[in-house]
Amino acid sequence: MTMKLSIGPIQYFWERQQVFDFYRQAADCAAEIIYLGEVICSKRRLLKPEDWLAIGNELKQSGKEVILSSLTLLEAASEISSLKKLCQNDVFMVEANDISAVQLLITAGRSFVTGPSVNIYNSRSLGLLADKGLKRWVLPVELGLDTLKDMQSQRPKGVETEVFALGRLPLAYSARCYTARSHNLPKDDCHFKCIDYPDGTLLKTREEQDFLVLNGIQTQSALTHQVLDQLPELEALAVDVLRISPQHRHTLEIIDIFDAGRNGAELEPLGKELLRLLPLGACNGYLVEQAGMLFGSETARDTQQAI
Amino acid sequence: MELVCPAGNLPSLKAAVDNGADAVYVGFKDDTNARHFAGLNFTERTFEKAVRYAQDKGRKVYVAINTFPQPKGFERWKAAVDQAEAYGVNALILADIGILDYASSKYPDIRLHLSVQASVTSAEGIRFYHENFGIRRVVLPRVLSTRQVAHVITESPVPVEVFGFGSLCVMVEGRCLLSSYATGRSPNTYGACSPASHVRWEETGDGTNTRLNGVLIDHYGEGEKAGYPTLCKGRFQVGGHTFYALEEPTSLNTLSILPELKKMGVSAIKVEGRQRSPAYVAQVTAVMRAAIDQCLQNPETYQPKDQWMRELSDVSEGSQTTLGAYHRPWQ
Repeated sequence: MTMKLSIGPIQYFWERQQVFDFYRQAADCAAEIIYLGEVICSKRRLLKPEDWLAIGNELKQSGKEVILSSLTLLEAASEISSLKKLCQNDVFMVEANDISAVQLLITAGRSFVTGPSVNIYNSRSLGLLADKGLKRWVLPVELGLDTLKDMQSQRPKGVETEVFALGRLPLAYSARCYTARSHNLPKDDCHFKCIDYPDGTLLKTREEQDFLVLNGIQTQSALTHQVLDQLPELEALAVDVLRISPQHRHTLEIIDIFDAGRNGAELEPLGKELLRLLPLGACNGYLVEQAGMLFGSETARDTQQAI
Repeated sequence: MELVCPAGNLPSLKAAVDNGADAVYVGFKDDTNARHFAGLNFTERTFEKAVRYAQDKGRKVYVAINTFPQPKGFERWKAAVDQAEAYGVNALILADIGILDYASSKYPDIRLHLSVQASVTSAEGIRFYHENFGIRRVVLPRVLSTRQVAHVITESPVPVEVFGFGSLCVMVEGRCLLSSYATGRSPNTYGACSPASHVRWEETGDGTNTRLNGVLIDHYGEGEKAGYPTLCKGRFQVGGHTFYALEEPTSLNTLSILPELKKMGVSAIKVEGRQRSPAYVAQVTAVMRAAIDQCLQNPETYQPKDQWMRELSDVSEGSQTTLGAYHRPWQ
């Protein structure tokens, strides 16, 4: 079976019209699955729940499988109320990005997907959640091929495995808003500064190394994680879905590249083409059991230098 | 309100017990716990002594087995649970769903606490662990305001423990991968953040660089005291400015809000710092003991003493303390 492609939830705060335009175009792309909704900050409300449902319905009519993604870090009581409503929708399956959502979905007797920030690191955890309605899980991004192989060999029947295949890595979530902080603004009066950074705000070291990206309360990698070179291994391990995390530009071209890759096109030229479409550069260390920021053949050399 | 103190070795455990901790928490000498540092933690022999020392004096011992095993390591985590149970500890502090499932099915009577590493910030999340594994206490991540903590306590099916003092994770615990992004090792996978194996101190013409796997975390000028390169507490450039873009080196200190924590029904106060010295443990335990006692006796008139604040500042990161997410500026 050819691996499916998914478009992950948009991590950034985009203009309302840009979101609508993005999904209108995505309706015709090669991805079979689309995850929708705000997963980072509950103050980002340019789209209301009914807007997301409307987008979902249109995509469904175009033949896409639509999943609604839940907020990752829950703090305020109002966020729990919104989460409850999301988990009660009877139209689309929900991707739980926090164990609170997992619990609400189990209680409601609904099948569910877990996103990369739900910690499933071993087969016993996966098996327990499968018994309670888990239909698909996303491998936590810091885990690599060795662990994936072990997990796949024990995978419960009827559970699909998804791998975060392209995107700036979601690395951390905080009570604080780093975008607001970088503008000397308090979080509760943030002026919605995230809207000015549709790919996040770059954080460099004091010697100008591109290191991290600030995206509101989330911290991401500056480099874009991409697993194109590992597509044959992922296919051999019976991975079901490859997730493309949207970036401000070129997402649909990136999907074309992965579509060609999964259908057997030569990977090296695709890799070169892909690199031109990324905001900065690429990394894939996590998948090959190394530091996440490293990439391919650099891996051994840099690690050796550092120790 | 129980005082729960850290012990990275036997001298620290004695310091905690002798200075008034109600409970101490410890870990084994491997990656099954989130303070996996060289020279720290307990072998089977020292563990037996530790349990006996604390329990003979009527104090409790909790064992943290709070990292996330991958399939190849799973048996080692199970063995850690078995060992802790065999020595009759008072509770296990667990985070991983698979290990919680193992411990609760094999030892239905053992008391389980949900570690902060489980990253649970809502009553719904707590209910998942309560219904499935019968946890009897939850430790909340350091991301909630006092009002949010109070709300969780109202709805939670089990008592709530919060952090009262110590080094501060600014990211929600259990879901921070910054360390493995730079080094390949994270608290989840390896039990350490910014591990010493990847740290380099480098003298330059004009001061000191601190690096983590080659990445410059900070530069300190002549005469500036260089700190350990914990990734989230370095100085970086954002938008042309160089500053502590994520967090300053600072410690959490809740002395000023103890009556509020008591009133909202917090069951236990945790002190961070299994990696710190016995002198740190003695100092912090003594101050927290005195403060909690005074708060319980006279919650209306309680005021943190200047001397307590000074003593805690002296052992804090960068000699600074903060109320962190508990107070408004972070929200």
